[in-house]
Amino acid sequence: MTVQTPAPNTFRNQPDDRGHFGQFGGRYVAETLMPLILELEREYTAAKADPAFHAQFDDLLEHYVGRPSPLYFAPRLTEDLGGAQIWFKRDELNHTGAHKINNCIGQILLAMRMGKTRIIAETGAGQHGVATATVCARFGLPCVIFMGATDVARQAPNVFRMKLLGAEVRPVTAGAATLKDAMNEALRDWVANVHDTFYIIGTAAGPHPYPELVRDFQSVIGKEARAQMLARTGRLPDLLVAAIGGGSNAIGLFHPFLDDPEVKMMGVEAAGYGLDKDHAASLAGGRPGILHGNKTYLLQDEDGQIIEGHSISAGLDYPGIGPEHAWLRDVGRVDYTSVTDDEALDAFQLLCRTEGIIPALEPSHAIAAVRKIAPTMPKDSIILVNLCGRGDKDIFSVAEHLGVTL
Amino acid sequence: MSRFERAFAKGPALVCFVTGGDPTPDATPAILDALVEGGVDVIELGMPFTDPMADGPAIQNANLRALGAGTTTADIFRIAADFRTRHADVPLMLMGYANPMTIRGSEWFAAECQKAGVDGVICVDIPPEEDPELGPALRAAGVSLIRLATPTTDAARLPAVLEGSSGFLYYVSVAGITGMQQAAQTSIEDAVARLKQHASIPVVVGFGVRTPEQAGAIARVADGVVVGSALVDLVGLHGARAAGPVRELTKALADAVHSARETA
Repeated sequence: MTVQTPAPNTFRNQPDDRGHFGQFGGRYVAETLMPLILELEREYTAAKADPAFHAQFDDLLEHYVGRPSPLYFAPRLTEDLGGAQIWFKRDELNHTGAHKINNCIGQILLAMRMGKTRIIAETGAGQHGVATATVCARFGLPCVIFMGATDVARQAPNVFRMKLLGAEVRPVTAGAATLKDAMNEALRDWVANVHDTFYIIGTAAGPHPYPELVRDFQSVIGKEARAQMLARTGRLPDLLVAAIGGGSNAIGLFHPFLDDPEVKMMGVEAAGYGLDKDHAASLAGGRPGILHGNKTYLLQDEDGQIIEGHSISAGLDYPGIGPEHAWLRDVGRVDYTSVTDDEALDAFQLLCRTEGIIPALEPSHAIAAVRKIAPTMPKDSIILVNLCGRGDKDIFSVAEHLGVTL
Repeated sequence: MSRFERAFAKGPALVCFVTGGDPTPDATPAILDALVEGGVDVIELGMPFTDPMADGPAIQNANLRALGAGTTTADIFRIAADFRTRHADVPLMLMGYANPMTIRGSEWFAAECQKAGVDGVICVDIPPEEDPELGPALRAAGVSLIRLATPTTDAARLPAVLEGSSGFLYYVSVAGITGMQQAAQTSIEDAVARLKQHASIPVVVGFGVRTPEQAGAIARVADGVVVGSALVDLVGLHGARAAGPVRELTKALADAVHSARETA
């Protein structure tokens, strides 16, 4: 007798074997890269099944990155908002000051497994560039970081950090000279150097298997947070909140909770000057299209030409979003909202003053969304926010926006 | 016999690339006519895109010039359809990126190609693995899907590249972007010999070919040669007055390609 087993009701079995999250994701790359993409997929599959790979990854996260990061209850912010309890996953305390390093550790271990001897990466605000330069220094691999010339000019401290770490920072003048153009240029370099070069992509986007492997490396955030929350409160949070540019910190927090039906989730996009003006909210203001190796929601015109994103946060300033978020939105598992530059700036200052934590502008977007929703929730409910980066890098642009000369 | 088959039946073919709408949509028809007058066998018309990831500086800049002049997808199809009314026999294909080609649906795109008399399409970022995105609609409309083979395409992968493609096989002779260095002649000869063992369609070589001498050398072994960035550079230099210089370079290239087998 055969028993018909119903398909498990899970949101955690994506992507399919062709790298698709529903209609999103995939492998939209030039033929030159395709054999390497397939090799990366084989190598990642092997690494996932290799206890030695996991042991090395976990060891580096513990002793080099400083994990697990704390789970912190924010009493004064909670009191100020007057509703749900606000808890933070403190990934801003990681080595290099953001969640980006989790993924870079995983990818450089993969690069070395594949025998690659040269690393490239793109960066916008410079956090992923700094994290990549850091792991390259740690393992002694040469590293080229592509960064839009506009961003090089406005993120001088991070450019200097990368150089101190031994990376070559290559300014990109093509297009609008920001993150999207840096990614184009990194892809151009990769296609010309496939034989020895590994591309460490910074967010949960790009051709399969990048969205999957970046998510898996960042899922340490959600796995730790889930266990810490259960240990501290004996229950799961009611709502998870995280900022979204490409979406790597958000998917890292969300993914381990996706099959906990009582846990709601909210991703927060950058509404820039407002959704009716320049912004970087691909889900709110874009539609599905193909760019940088994957199908996802994109800011684009009716001919499919890509429109530059805008956000006060250079880390959210990208016209696309990771394909798993596109899928999670369409299946309705995660709610997505957006907040403006001004709302993020206010939330930035609020956290400084209530908790003594200077957040990056990226998680300031998440805090701005929490500010709206926490007062509407009962006092015994729990909101868990991913504090994915610290604000040292942003003090110059915040000062400028507040009209302060340093 | 299709226009592609007739073009390759005459011997090695010269394939010339220019970006549609560069420097303006109104200037493109005269540039296409100059290619025909110079003796081109197949025209590759670039659809401008904001993010041309496979292209070097020359064609990137051409894309920006075209978009800056307001070139739309409708302009590209109008340029193609007008070309077809002036030149009934010269094959014309569109080259571009997935997003502008699929944004209104692949059936819409394939139907527009068919209406405009477009013979084939090269889409840089749709590999065989993502063929359903565009391939079935083009084949149903009778428009050739021209795929790329590269130095990284091994023998195991080649059948997948050839499956569902037609017109010709475009061999990208260097692992890299357009308009940069040229591959060594011996490596091109080896690759073409290898590809021709598997391909029943013509094998055409492109990327990094700039001069009549290079084109002629490749035409001795391949069924065709693509020249792009060198022509695009002339358009960048001469703008709306580029037709003359484009005609001259095309003529020199065509002479070298068409006489390549005589001097071999």
